[in-house]
Amino acid sequence: MLDASRTPAPKARRGPMARREELAFYLFASPWLIGFVLWTAGPMIGSLLLSLTSYDIITPPQFSGLDNYARMLASDPLVWQSLKVTAFYAAGAVPLQLVGSLLLALLMNQRIPAVAGFRTIYYMPSVIAGVPVALLWMWIFNPEFGIVNEALAALGVDGPQWLFSETWVVPAFVVMSVWTIGSPMVIYLAGLQGIPTHLYEAAEIDGAGPWAKFAHVTMPMISPIIFFNTVMQIIVSFQIFTPAYVMTRGGPNNASLFVGLYLYQNAFRYFQMGYAAALAWLVFVIIMALTLIVIRTSPLWVYYEGGGGR
Amino acid sequence: MIAPQTRAAPSPARLLTSKSFRGRAQITIATVVVVLGAIVILVPFVWMLSTSLKADGEVFLIPMRWIPRQLRFENYALATTAIPFWGYAVNTVYITLLVLIGSVGSSALVAYAFARLRARARDLLFVILLSRLMLPGEVTLVSTYLTFRYLGWIDTYNPLIVPHWFGSAFFIFLLRQFFMTLPIELDDAAKIDGCGYFGIFARIILPLSKPALATVAIFSFFETWNAFQGPLIYLNTMEKYTLSVGLTFFHDQYTGTPWNQMMAASLLTMLPCLVVFFFGQRTFIQGAVLTGIKG
Repeated sequence: MLDASRTPAPKARRGPMARREELAFYLFASPWLIGFVLWTAGPMIGSLLLSLTSYDIITPPQFSGLDNYARMLASDPLVWQSLKVTAFYAAGAVPLQLVGSLLLALLMNQRIPAVAGFRTIYYMPSVIAGVPVALLWMWIFNPEFGIVNEALAALGVDGPQWLFSETWVVPAFVVMSVWTIGSPMVIYLAGLQGIPTHLYEAAEIDGAGPWAKFAHVTMPMISPIIFFNTVMQIIVSFQIFTPAYVMTRGGPNNASLFVGLYLYQNAFRYFQMGYAAALAWLVFVIIMALTLIVIRTSPLWVYYEGGGGR
Repeated sequence: MIAPQTRAAPSPARLLTSKSFRGRAQITIATVVVVLGAIVILVPFVWMLSTSLKADGEVFLIPMRWIPRQLRFENYALATTAIPFWGYAVNTVYITLLVLIGSVGSSALVAYAFARLRARARDLLFVILLSRLMLPGEVTLVSTYLTFRYLGWIDTYNPLIVPHWFGSAFFIFLLRQFFMTLPIELDDAAKIDGCGYFGIFARIILPLSKPALATVAIFSFFETWNAFQGPLIYLNTMEKYTLSVGLTFFHDQYTGTPWNQMMAASLLTMLPCLVVFFFGQRTFIQGAVLTGIKG
């Protein structure tokens, strides 16, 4: 995967040439090194300190120890509500995207005509994220005049109130997320196309049927991509903000109060900067924990060519 | 006379299980499913276009009609004057271009360092760079906001532009992966010809990396064009808004959303991304794939 082996490892003997090269490395890398301190490491430390204070922007910050964390975990029902909403969304959107995009890629890989054209169509929704998309889906989910309920009515189903229903608002966001299925799909597709045909030929000689070929050649070969897509989808789904802000503002009755939105409200509407920072760390810990679970279990199901775990 | 080799006509049952038939049936079924899926993907676009051309009352017609009785192109004129659309477009273009130039340039420099120059801490720094990819933006949101506030940058475009000039971990990673595929012998040859590190970067690496640079540039374009949270937080004066923030006005007025105008403005906002995508898609999708495959 990440082969750092292409350029030789630093030599033990370090002459003036090596020192010059090292200096050049730091010069070329300096934008990111400085940027990392300014926009990542610095703000992370700042955010950690901030989470230990009570700060409303107008009066100077007051040190408050772990009060924010205590409040967050013990006495703020909206924290749990927002985590519940976000987890519910992720539990729907992540598997649906992962499985859906893989199935789609497998279909597209069947030597169907005009693959490039279909690939373009499927990828299209992924390039137009943000507010216009949120507005479009607001209209699509309109209970009276929207196209979803119109289609359901044609099937004889009385469609739900979607964004106006406490039950259906999160499923509506999940449905919307499926629209961008094209972006993980093209990654799978390229992975499938990159599987050397001799592996399939060898499997056929060994008498493997379509299912055996899928289970013993396709899946192992694309498992690193499944791994990559899983991690990315989890991170993305926990950060959902724009659709929630534009389409529902967290409503109805906080049924779509995603944690990213609740954090924003605390920081920029209630001006509880310290509390918002603490909340951000909670989100961070949850995402890290989920990512770690995926990474820890990955040796069980991810196959890396060249054998052996890395 | 040699009797022609009698070839038994394949029985229907055999035909059904024969490899070529199964293959063709499989392709047909796959094609049908893919076509149906593509229609589902496209319907929202068509629906948006259709709504944007309808008269005010026609939008609420039940059953709905796909083709408006009369194509009302004036909706687009109305939508672009209901909010200062073109002003917002200019702001958005300005921010997008400055971000693009800065982030692609810096990221390429840093990627060159990681791909080609040896330093003792390089691998460690690269791991840090990768872990940056997984850091959710929320963690730094509040303290970064307070920093910009301290600098007096609220209600300016600086917070939206300047951080990008330090390179993006994602772009650096993508470009590094591409630079690594270029044969190192080119560097050595240039070195013998007296080229310095910057010469190698500017005269060898960059010209050979046009597809990767284009991919990163397109990514940057989409990202900035569609950005919402940053402009929402940092811009206060209405005239300074970007399209993303400006579009929300159509909905903010609770007294009935003008859906046809809103769809017209949304479509216009999406259009540059769709156009860029269509023209750059071959390079772009290949590049987008590179992240997942090599990552």
